[in-house]
Amino acid sequence: MADETGIPATPAATQAAEGTAAPASAPAQRSGGYQGSRPSGPGGSRPPRPAGAGGGGAGGRKFFRRKKVCKFTVEKIDTISYRDVRLLQQFVSDRGKIIPRRLTGTSAPFQRKLTRAIKQARAIALLPFAAKY
Amino acid sequence: MNRTYEIMFIVRPDVEEPELDKLIETVSGYVTTGGGTVKTTEKMGRRRLAYTVKKFNDGFYVLLIVDSPAALIAEIERRLRVSEQVIKYITVRMDEEDKRVAKIKAHRDAHVKRSSLPQVNAEAAPVAEAAAPAVEAEPVAAEV
Repeated sequence: MADETGIPATPAATQAAEGTAAPASAPAQRSGGYQGSRPSGPGGSRPPRPAGAGGGGAGGRKFFRRKKVCKFTVEKIDTISYRDVRLLQQFVSDRGKIIPRRLTGTSAPFQRKLTRAIKQARAIALLPFAAKY
Repeated sequence: MNRTYEIMFIVRPDVEEPELDKLIETVSGYVTTGGGTVKTTEKMGRRRLAYTVKKFNDGFYVLLIVDSPAALIAEIERRLRVSEQVIKYITVRMDEEDKRVAKIKAHRDAHVKRSSLPQVNAEAAPVAEAAAPAVEAEPVAAEV
């Protein structure tokens, strides 16, 4: 079993790594702006990204998954103001829901600040409570 | 004891520009007469509201940054609530946040000096020295 899968899996894995490595930089910019409907992943033949449970390094190494990073830590954004609609919008789904940090990779302290800022922005009608449909 | 607050409010869209200025003046007046100071006043202009408020879909956003005692904030909020032209308002206390940011900034400034600067110097100097003899050595070798 291991031998059978081992041989074809290796080129597939390298392809996957190459396939995702190049476009990985593009989603990296948009990583915050997670859209409710999942865009088809960069690696065409790849299954949709969050198909497997848990992290990408879980034994099998079936597909390459880019490590999520906290936007605020990386870009050294200290404060999250409720006035910064542009920023907050990246962490809100198109229905207006706050995106969980399991999807955006935001660190826990910043997710708390983010949540507060989004709620304040909602109170002053800068962000919707629920998007109109 | 004065604290820093941000007061943001939305004025209904059918007021005229001079009227809006007058309104901002009155709100600033509340602050100054109540023992506070207005640090900045910003008209953020007419914006679309994310949802309908009192049957309005847009409004003029105004932001005041204010140093004020806590009791005064309650009074200002009450007046904003009563005011016909103000359709929505929010006050956010900022001083704790400012303090936290200042601390982070100070820490970061202190840290950068130690970690990055000496390293850069230590690496750059040998590299420069190593590069210079190499460049010199080649022409010499060529001449010989």
